[in-house]
Amino acid sequence: MKPAPFRYVAAESLASALALKAEHGDDARFLAGGQSLIPAMNFRLAQPAMLVDVNPLRDLDYVRAAGDGGLRVGALTRTRALERDALLAERQPLVHEAVPHVAHPQIRNRGTLGGNLAHADPASELPAVLLALGARLRAQSSRGERWIEAQHFFVGVLTTALRADEMLVEVELPKLPPRTGTCFMEVARRRGDYAMMGVAAVVALADDGACTHAALGYCNAGATPVPGTAAARVLVGAHVGDAQIRAAAAAVERELDPPGNVHASKAFQRHLAGVLTRRALQTALVRARL
Amino acid sequence: MTADRHQIVTTVNGERYERRVESRLLLSDFLRHDLGLSGTHVGCEHGVCGACTIHYDGAPARSCLMLAVQANGHAITTVEALAPDRDRLHPLQDAFREAHGLQCGYCSPGILMTMTAFLEENPSPTEQEVREALSGNLCRCTGYQHIVDAVLLAASRMRGSSSG
Repeated sequence: MKPAPFRYVAAESLASALALKAEHGDDARFLAGGQSLIPAMNFRLAQPAMLVDVNPLRDLDYVRAAGDGGLRVGALTRTRALERDALLAERQPLVHEAVPHVAHPQIRNRGTLGGNLAHADPASELPAVLLALGARLRAQSSRGERWIEAQHFFVGVLTTALRADEMLVEVELPKLPPRTGTCFMEVARRRGDYAMMGVAAVVALADDGACTHAALGYCNAGATPVPGTAAARVLVGAHVGDAQIRAAAAAVERELDPPGNVHASKAFQRHLAGVLTRRALQTALVRARL
Repeated sequence: MTADRHQIVTTVNGERYERRVESRLLLSDFLRHDLGLSGTHVGCEHGVCGACTIHYDGAPARSCLMLAVQANGHAITTVEALAPDRDRLHPLQDAFREAHGLQCGYCSPGILMTMTAFLEENPSPTEQEVREALSGNLCRCTGYQHIVDAVLLAASRMRGSSSG
């Protein structure tokens, strides 16, 4: 299992990387952590004519506070760096909680945020997390840049809204309102393996305790990260207790249509989604009330 | 298509190497075939088994998921560099021998490279933490129990030697 021949170019600057992508389009692929692209090339499922290695673009490796209390994260930030970032842990505990579930330490040492998202594996944790957080993603090309909402970024299995000349360069994580609780949970056969089902939950409360906002994102539940829209509707406006949590979990079991696979049947995935929704909402609520 | 080749300069186990490599050459194959460092084992070649784990600039990484050309300007450490000299093993290697942490030995180089880095970061791990740290390395012989025993044994000895 060896990659088919390709031309390798180490990017000297973002501009030169984008110029190459503009010139070669889909024949060229950006090489970031390579933890999904290289296996696909070893299998020859992917045979790009050119690899533009963006690892030299260290300017794209950062976690930065944005003026509005949100965070800006560079696309080349390693998953391991996310795991260890104190600012991220403080401001975006949902991301901090999800990241240790992304593959294994050796993979997290190389894998990048941007690579994970641009690969758009529906079983991956971070797309579901970004969906639940309402994150935005910045795409850049030689023509300019644009922001894409997470809900519009993931369009299918391994398919994003990125155009052939664009690079995902940055992710914006909006500030969590006060009295917001979050929780990420998944069930996998083995730590670091693909989750049979995973959920990212966000719940915000008003001063009187009523739920003002709820968002749920599921991984391995469909062709893209899947929102738990009906479940969120059950919660918003309510003083959420056990009854509402049970109703939300039941709504998720009705709403989701997971694909099922050799590790977990569709029915088992649905069951897991219900159980995880219940547990994650319970935890998120406790955290929101702290 | 004529082969796309690149001149690289890399440091492997403290030694500087200058080589000309084809862009599609995997780092694992470069280490084994070009440098003769066959201690790094190649199992699945798609990033699942962990046998090919090396340190890239000090951090464990799967060498089958990197290109040799990416070693240009970077430092690689392989299992050959763990033992301090010909007569002594790394404490983790000693513990593997004593606790029967290996049978066929195919996965051992990758596990040693993963767990030496883990023990530097976490010198007093619980059994659960050791098991989680091991999750990226497959072993088909041992059932893992003796590997876990070996890592815990090495951890206790390394703590003893560093404090005294």
